[in-house]
Amino acid sequence: MLFTSFNFLAFAAVLLVLYYLIPKKGQWILLLAASYFFYICAGLEYLGFILFTTISTYATAYVISIILKKQDAYLAENKATLSRDERKAYKNHVKCINRWIMIACLFLNFAILAFCKACIVEPFQAIAEERGLSFLTVALPLGISFYMFQSAGYLIDVYRGTAKAEKNFFRYALFVSFFPQLVQGPISRLSQLAPSLYAPHAFDGKQVSFGLQRVLWGYFKKLVIADRIVAAVVTLKHPEYTGVGFILLGVFYAIQIYADFTGGIDVAIGLGEALGIKMPENFIRPFFSKNIAEYWRRWHSTLGEWMKDYIFYPISVSSPMLKLSKAARKKLGNFGKRLPVYIASIATWFVTGIWHGLTPNFIVWGMLNCFVIVVSEELTPLYEKFHNRFHLKQKAWYGGFEMLRMFALMNLIRSCDLFPHVGDYFSRLGSLFTTFNFHILWDGTMMKLGLSSLDYAILGFSIVIVFAISVIQEKKGSVRELLWNKPAVLRYVLIYALFLIVLLMGSFGIGYNPGNFIYNQF
Amino acid sequence: MKKKSVVILSITLCLVFLSLWILQQLLMPKYMDNTKEGALISEYYDNAGNNDVVFIGDCEVYENFSPITLWEKYGITSFIRGSAQQMIWQSYYLMEETFRYETPKVMVFNVLSMKYDTPSSTGDSGKREAYNRMTLDGMRWSKHKWNAIQASLTEEEKTWNGEWMYLFPLLRYHDRWSQLNRDDFKYLFHRDQVSDNGYLMQTGIKPVTGEHPERPLADYTFGENSYYYLDKMVELCKAKGTQLVLIKAPTLSPIWWDEWDAQMEAYAEEHDLLYINFLDHQDEIGIDWNTDTYDTGFHLNVYGAEKLSDYFGKILQEECGITDRRNETELAEIWQEKVKIYYERKAKMEAATQ
Amino acid sequence: MEQLLEILSELHPDVDFETEEHLIDNGILDSFDIVTIVAEINGEFDVSIPAEELLPENFNSAKALYALVERLMEE
Repeated sequence: MLFTSFNFLAFAAVLLVLYYLIPKKGQWILLLAASYFFYICAGLEYLGFILFTTISTYATAYVISIILKKQDAYLAENKATLSRDERKAYKNHVKCINRWIMIACLFLNFAILAFCKACIVEPFQAIAEERGLSFLTVALPLGISFYMFQSAGYLIDVYRGTAKAEKNFFRYALFVSFFPQLVQGPISRLSQLAPSLYAPHAFDGKQVSFGLQRVLWGYFKKLVIADRIVAAVVTLKHPEYTGVGFILLGVFYAIQIYADFTGGIDVAIGLGEALGIKMPENFIRPFFSKNIAEYWRRWHSTLGEWMKDYIFYPISVSSPMLKLSKAARKKLGNFGKRLPVYIASIATWFVTGIWHGLTPNFIVWGMLNCFVIVVSEELTPLYEKFHNRFHLKQKAWYGGFEMLRMFALMNLIRSCDLFPHVGDYFSRLGSLFTTFNFHILWDGTMMKLGLSSLDYAILGFSIVIVFAISVIQEKKGSVRELLWNKPAVLRYVLIYALFLIVLLMGSFGIGYNPGNFIYNQF
Repeated sequence: MKKKSVVILSITLCLVFLSLWILQQLLMPKYMDNTKEGALISEYYDNAGNNDVVFIGDCEVYENFSPITLWEKYGITSFIRGSAQQMIWQSYYLMEETFRYETPKVMVFNVLSMKYDTPSSTGDSGKREAYNRMTLDGMRWSKHKWNAIQASLTEEEKTWNGEWMYLFPLLRYHDRWSQLNRDDFKYLFHRDQVSDNGYLMQTGIKPVTGEHPERPLADYTFGENSYYYLDKMVELCKAKGTQLVLIKAPTLSPIWWDEWDAQMEAYAEEHDLLYINFLDHQDEIGIDWNTDTYDTGFHLNVYGAEKLSDYFGKILQEECGITDRRNETELAEIWQEKVKIYYERKAKMEAATQ
Repeated sequence: MEQLLEILSELHPDVDFETEEHLIDNGILDSFDIVTIVAEINGEFDVSIPAEELLPENFNSAKALYALVERLMEE
């Protein structure tokens, strides 16, 4: 069931009504049932995957928590007899055991993830097809990247002792499979989700209304903007669109992916909100960022946090890195000091890249991001001198310039994930310096991209709305709160207007093609 | 306070649903000016209940038979439940639905659609979907309609959960607002009658000039699904005590292959049905391909349809035992009105085509 | 504490680390800064801060950070 399918809407509507009708104690059980129903709708053959991850991480975390408990008991019992060093050694010993248990479990799970990701790219696709695994070659098991990361994060937290192991298997199963976040996140920690996920929820009109408003807003971005502009993105990928065509691709793709991804997340979080469940935010108006590093803190931030907590930090503060830092500092000065950070960054971006897809372009994409971030970090002192010299920071236009610069740069980097063959990407990038075909903006080419003038009008209109709302959110906070304090009639009218816009201008269903409705012959 | 908010909420909901309903009325195609085929199916309900004969099928019924002629010549009351490229499963469910309103003495089914085994057999899925709409949108809500929808969905419709788009046509036509015309406002709450008891009149003349060649087929066997629905029709009519007559209209294109004809012959014999291939009776009917078709042999025009109806009326009378009802005064009055409309339409259309 | 403040102000001379209590929440320190701080502390205090201690609540103020270092030294 896609979020944008009528069946999903019906499913969500029925769930919402049932949720507030049944005894509150049963609400989380209903969610579990609904989540598994949702999962099974994607294909019964995928069920084994999520069950394996759920059971393996649950059991591993449980074992680790028991070992930790025994350790604490042992230490408490022998508090008097053990020296500080002995205690430390014992703790390290236990930690070592736990680490291997955890690694075994993570390894198994990520091997499955890697296997599934490999099955959808050549040459492995053909092999899998031969072996009768055709259901894996079409699509990944629903949400596998997201529920894997979520349960891996949980397991690591339990190992680290920063999270308690969940004893109730079914509650844990809900955490892993909770359907709104299954498809594209956000990736939550158990501690973020648990308080509201398992709690009983009484019907709260404002909360449900806010949630549904956000869902509607998500559909607006997804259906009116993303699913409309995607036609032009597909066209612009064709090799003849070089130079300015490539810039257009960057801009259109930025709009598409933003509207698509944030729209989907709004539907997920909004639905959660309507159910009384609070999920972490995943986007904080990323296009208002002033540099790439900030962009990545504001775009898909739950993935960024995950990468930071479980890959970047562990590598960068590991003892070999700290030793390296000391050594490099003597030889390379301040740059040497930052060397471990950069090495960790490269590793993190490498993983982020292959997480997005097992084709070379995603690795290049990750490295490009990393490169830009590292270079701008190195150049910071230089920038600051420059800024202070011309007092740029105080100038109002400069912030806007920085955002535009970030937008342009990020578009160039992002476009990389559209080209499975990296060579295509670089030749397109190169054409920016050789092809100055500005005429395509007015010689009718724009009309051949798959968008009619009506489409452009709808897109322009909708983008202005999204931009305006984003500015209000950035400056004044929640738009829904602002509206809540306005007269109810105004609120209803605005919501209804948004609903009509989605209904009439949304790109869904079978488009009306009058040509088909002309009777010919039979 | 609570009572007040309940009242406000209900009024708001009513307004929302009312506005959406009006929007739906506005956005649905009206099929009044052109593509009148789309309006045919819905015209049955006002004419149901007293038909001796009901025709079911594609354009080969609604372009080739004239119920008015059957009445005038033989006093037979009939209605044509035809629609453009009607699929056999749609025909079957239309038949089922018809039995809810009346039990005619004879059901006539045109067998051309046996050639399409599944919704994807017709090729272009966009067109198929449009034809589905023209047949199904006109049906009133019933379990027959629901089953017809389920049987008709194209692959593309399935990916969009097409059932919902039939349930709420607004979801189907939601983006038609940029193509509205005057008719959409004129026919917001009513429709004109476009047919004469399901017959869609054509007065133009475009003679047959040659054959429309078609590639021979690799396999002439009708599909399993087609036979499945044909079997169901036989069973249904048997259960209702209605005679099922299978026909193949005399129009030349698309080609009705001999191999197909043989299968229908055999089927009719096996099930003890009357099967008439009018292609074999062109001379007796008196069809003149210079004057009796409006599109070079794909369909008959009104002159051909009148001849064919005259010929078929005799068969209905003699072989199916349908009696003359012109002496029933009440019925005759109703039909007198239909006849009047028919000739007015004919005169008007003839004037326009000349 | 003195040493710690020195490390911090070397990183961001413009921030008053003695009073600021939302170093992470307000986005003053980013992940690069945190790793740099960990490395510096490792050099100065001979204490290694494990990854699981890199939490906002441990880095939001100089005071919290100092408490963390002290705790780790004791263990």
